[in-house]
Amino acid sequence: MKRAGRQRTRRRLDYALIEALVPPGSRVLDLGCGDGQLLADLAANKGCEGRGIEISDHSVLACIQRGVAVYHGDMLEGMSYYRDGSFDVVILSQTLQQASDPVRVIVEMLRVGDTAIISFPNFGYWEVRLQLLLRGRMPRSDLLPYEWHNTPNVHLCTVTDFRELCEEQGLRRMHEIFLVPPSRQIGDVGANWRAGLAIFQIARKREA
Amino acid sequence: MATDEQIAIAEDSQLGGAHSVGLVQTQSWTFGDPPLELDCGRTLSPVTQAYETYGELSAARDNAILIFHALSGDAHVAGYHTPEDRKPGWWDIMVGPGKAFDTDKYMIICANVIGGCSGSTGPASTHPDRGEPYGLDFPMVTVGDMARAQKRLVEHLGIERLLAVTGGSMGGMLALDWAVRYPQSTASVLAIATSARMNAQGIAFNEVGRQAIMADPEWRGGAYYGQSFPSAGLAIARMVGHITYLSEEQMRAKFGRRLQDRDVFGYDFETEFQVESYLRYQGSRFVERFDANSYLYITKAIDYFDLTNGHRSLVEAMEHVRSEFLVVSFSSDWLYPTAESKEIVQALQANAVPTTFIDIPNAYGHDAFLLPNEPFAEAVRSFLAHVQQRERGER
Repeated sequence: MKRAGRQRTRRRLDYALIEALVPPGSRVLDLGCGDGQLLADLAANKGCEGRGIEISDHSVLACIQRGVAVYHGDMLEGMSYYRDGSFDVVILSQTLQQASDPVRVIVEMLRVGDTAIISFPNFGYWEVRLQLLLRGRMPRSDLLPYEWHNTPNVHLCTVTDFRELCEEQGLRRMHEIFLVPPSRQIGDVGANWRAGLAIFQIARKREA
Repeated sequence: MATDEQIAIAEDSQLGGAHSVGLVQTQSWTFGDPPLELDCGRTLSPVTQAYETYGELSAARDNAILIFHALSGDAHVAGYHTPEDRKPGWWDIMVGPGKAFDTDKYMIICANVIGGCSGSTGPASTHPDRGEPYGLDFPMVTVGDMARAQKRLVEHLGIERLLAVTGGSMGGMLALDWAVRYPQSTASVLAIATSARMNAQGIAFNEVGRQAIMADPEWRGGAYYGQSFPSAGLAIARMVGHITYLSEEQMRAKFGRRLQDRDVFGYDFETEFQVESYLRYQGSRFVERFDANSYLYITKAIDYFDLTNGHRSLVEAMEHVRSEFLVVSFSSDWLYPTAESKEIVQALQANAVPTTFIDIPNAYGHDAFLLPNEPFAEAVRSFLAHVQQRERGER
């Protein structure tokens, strides 16, 4: 439970910005929704209709306590139950790098949702690069708090990598937001060096 | 008002010092006209249903929760019938003041299913024309028939819309059927350790139980009333049932290979292993309170249950559902496995029904929903609180 608590505080820095991207009254699916805080906030502040998917039973129970409708299980399995276009927005906060097949997750997000908001720790961040370059150690930070041997982050990427993936997959980047830890927002100049955390809102390119 | 002695009894049986509903009485209501139309094409009349209620109905009549019992249950969910009762109702751990189904907040209703043997019309009831027990002349009843009969009861109690319907196992099937049959009549459904259709394995075990009863010479084609009772057959049916309610892990932990009342093998057919002793005890207790024909009828109702009947898919079957759902499975339940709860969730989510699903990690098998489990109780408590909040906020 202690770990979940720490995770909550860490995630809050992108929650406010994600919340700002969600239009009022949207139907929202939050993947890896944790204790349901973001969905509860979106319902209370913006009148959104929210659903969550969460793998931890403790977190699922916390969602139920908040009155958030949540599916206990794997996100790909949970998303597969929804019809195309069930949601206006599908959110994936700092979890893409933990997915075994991130591309499939993104494709599925944009099947069940019109847009996707994805945040991830930027592995191109200068502090990350410096730790590897100067210390010769696997990077650790508030955003990457794990040891090399126990990290769930199997698919880390950089801002440039993610932009390239969007091109490859024919995805439109609607918004890009960059943060320097702990919570300073910066512009997109040199974001691949300067940003610790990136938030992208993406959609499928409109058919010609 | 409960006496000190009753409270002491109640508290003895409670976990965490929660209180009991105390002394309760089973009530009974009979309807005859119009008769109950059954899925098998026959009608049933008169129809008596035994039921209990706890907690008070609000002035707005918006706080009633209908609990459906499972195969061997009855209307006696919580509390005690007499101060001498050694055991409370079958879901006393979940129902009472301050408990998950909080009788300080909600009015709880539970009725014995038709086909049953605890006060509702069943095969042991008197045939209205013949003046003797129905036996196998009792019409085959389905889960849908049971639900239709209870809808009449709920209307009789003056309740148009329930806050929730709920149940585990067959009780969960009734709750699912209700949500499909009467979409506007309940704000929410709590479907616990259940399935949208009985699987082949479940039907197989039920059939072994039925064959055990029917192979007992005392069964006499179901016409044993007033004579000796097929207790050996019914006891075996119950023993088979109990095997399916436990997990292998739980059996190993609870009994292992330990012997009962002896240290070495006797090389005979007396009860030797603890697990044998447990099953025989469960079998012998069951025949004291349950009718063999009811066991045949109710297991058959379970086997017939398939929410997709008459539809192309479960998604289509559930397209008119308008209630919020909490679907709960228990990880070690192999009789109503987690995958079958997920199937329900899948159909609900395809229909954009607000649904919460939780698979509770647990070693106790299908029985888990009847055992103390704080995460489960908390899920129920919180879910109901939010449903009530939304229900009252919307008006």
